[in-house]
Amino acid sequence: MMLLRQTVSRLITTLITLFGVAVIVFVVIRVVPGNPIAMMLPPGATEADIERLKTLYGLDKSIFEQFVIWFGNVLHGDFGTSISTRQPVLSLVLDRLPATLELSIIALVMAVAIGVTLAILGTRFRGRKTEAGIDVANGVGLSVPDFLWGLALILLFGVLWPVFQISGRVSPRLELPFTSQFYLFESVLRLRFDILADLLSHMFMPALALALPLAAIISQLLKQSLKETVNLDYSVLARTKGYSETKVILSEALPNSILPTLTLVGVQFTFLIGGTVIIERLLSYEGLGNMAIDAVINRDLPLIQGIVILFAILFTFVNLAVDMTYAFLNPKLRHA
Amino acid sequence: MSSFLEIRGLSARLAGTGQRLLRSVDISLPAGSVRGLVGESGAGKSMIGKAVLGVLPKAVEIIEGEILLDGQDLQKVSPGERRRLIGAKAALIPQDPLTALNPSRRIGPQITDRLVDILGWTKARAAARALEVLAEVSIPEPERIMRLYPHELSGGMRQRILIASAFAAEPKLIVADEPTTALDVTVQKQILKLISELQARHGTALLFVTHDLGVVSKVCDTLSVLYAGKVVEDTTVERFFAAPQHAYSSALLAATPRHTDPSSSLKPVPREVTDAVAAEVAVDDTTWRPNGGVRG
Repeated sequence: MMLLRQTVSRLITTLITLFGVAVIVFVVIRVVPGNPIAMMLPPGATEADIERLKTLYGLDKSIFEQFVIWFGNVLHGDFGTSISTRQPVLSLVLDRLPATLELSIIALVMAVAIGVTLAILGTRFRGRKTEAGIDVANGVGLSVPDFLWGLALILLFGVLWPVFQISGRVSPRLELPFTSQFYLFESVLRLRFDILADLLSHMFMPALALALPLAAIISQLLKQSLKETVNLDYSVLARTKGYSETKVILSEALPNSILPTLTLVGVQFTFLIGGTVIIERLLSYEGLGNMAIDAVINRDLPLIQGIVILFAILFTFVNLAVDMTYAFLNPKLRHA
Repeated sequence: MSSFLEIRGLSARLAGTGQRLLRSVDISLPAGSVRGLVGESGAGKSMIGKAVLGVLPKAVEIIEGEILLDGQDLQKVSPGERRRLIGAKAALIPQDPLTALNPSRRIGPQITDRLVDILGWTKARAAARALEVLAEVSIPEPERIMRLYPHELSGGMRQRILIASAFAAEPKLIVADEPTTALDVTVQKQILKLISELQARHGTALLFVTHDLGVVSKVCDTLSVLYAGKVVEDTTVERFFAAPQHAYSSALLAATPRHTDPSSSLKPVPREVTDAVAAEVAVDDTTWRPNGGVRG
């Protein structure tokens, strides 16, 4: 009963949030300078041509009228037609979403793996040189933004020591037997490890660039929390039972320290997804973010709206997932 | 008779400031007997318990002396061996039952973990043993309790569980670090009785850290009175309460509130006595200050 009420209220807040996002995006991209008509017409087009196109796309109506028409269509699942490609927005966006999702999730896995490992090492060797080194690494990770990491990685693994693919999502020479856009997922299912290796090689740099700042945040917060927890009474009691320091960190401290870190990871993961916009552009990765930049350059209003709405839905789902994981991991909340 | 625990000339100091925490402490505890460690805050009584269990804070370093557990010098074995040795032969009953159980682990594994991981028992045998000791500390429905999390139980229940856990591996030595301080007065008495009964039944040597002389008179056979990290009196409980030898001991005893005469006012330990004992204990030691000890 409790759970049902929570879910319903959660759903209502989500819908209100999404409506707010829809309004803001719709208004903002119409208020900022630049218009899609100018991008579509050849130089020397007449006033009459401009007016004709404006009427065709409904841009002659008031913003309020435009919004009502667009939002009514959205409720029917019609996000309109992209002005630049003349294809339905929904299918364009859904085609690109898997690429970005796979990239974000790989980046998240990398961030958690690096961050948690460094935090555990830093706690195990606290007060020694190892911890000082990790603190320095965290500081660097926190202060360098993801796109600079992208550039540095291109220089390192693309130019100086070219071991990873520098651009794109998959090598064009490969024949893809896939039926969905979830290449990574499907290559595992179909046991095509040659394609998997190629995909990962392309994904390595963008994912690592996205992961490093988040890894630093995770490492710093988790280490701080672990260092407090290893001095608590139950950790001391575990030591008197004969457990090693490593075991005390892993089985006594980590389960209790992971909760505050998890909340942070949830919030930061949405920033990471936002970061894909620039990183995908930088490494020519064919995802949603890259498409978003093209859409903005072309003033492709329906496409921009579609992409932003999709990002907003993604963010709310990530937050929901974090809350549910939190409830699952914390026994006090689970039984309440 | 050889003692199960023998501490000889143990001195410790704070690594940073060099402040002395323990001064050439001698304590001997024969198998099956109970020794109280009494003294005011910062006297070093908890520090001795921590040294015996190998869990001194990192900032504390042992300068000299030896701790012999069942004849083996803990300072002379490798850290890994020391851990396993202590885990197998000694156990701790902690001070605060609310913080001594891991909030994200179920009760059962917190009792059986040492038996399985350190002593190498099978899971089934460890679980059976856990049920046995839980029944021994009068926990109702032990099967159900073992599946619960600590926050689902009261403080008194949790302390019973910690006591059961300490006795589960049949250790020869238990260090009880003020095990009743954090509890309700009504529960304190039961817990004290329980520890006493279990100690007698299992023949465990017990090192009882407390500042409560009333508790000492009920539980202990012998006691060490500590001041500024030094044992100022090492005596039996009968002799201590009949005729304390050291001036500080007498003052400490006189400072105990007497419930039989509510009109009598509290007597603090007089300044002359603390000054005298400080001078006696801390000769030529500029690092020592009253109440300057490390907590815990």
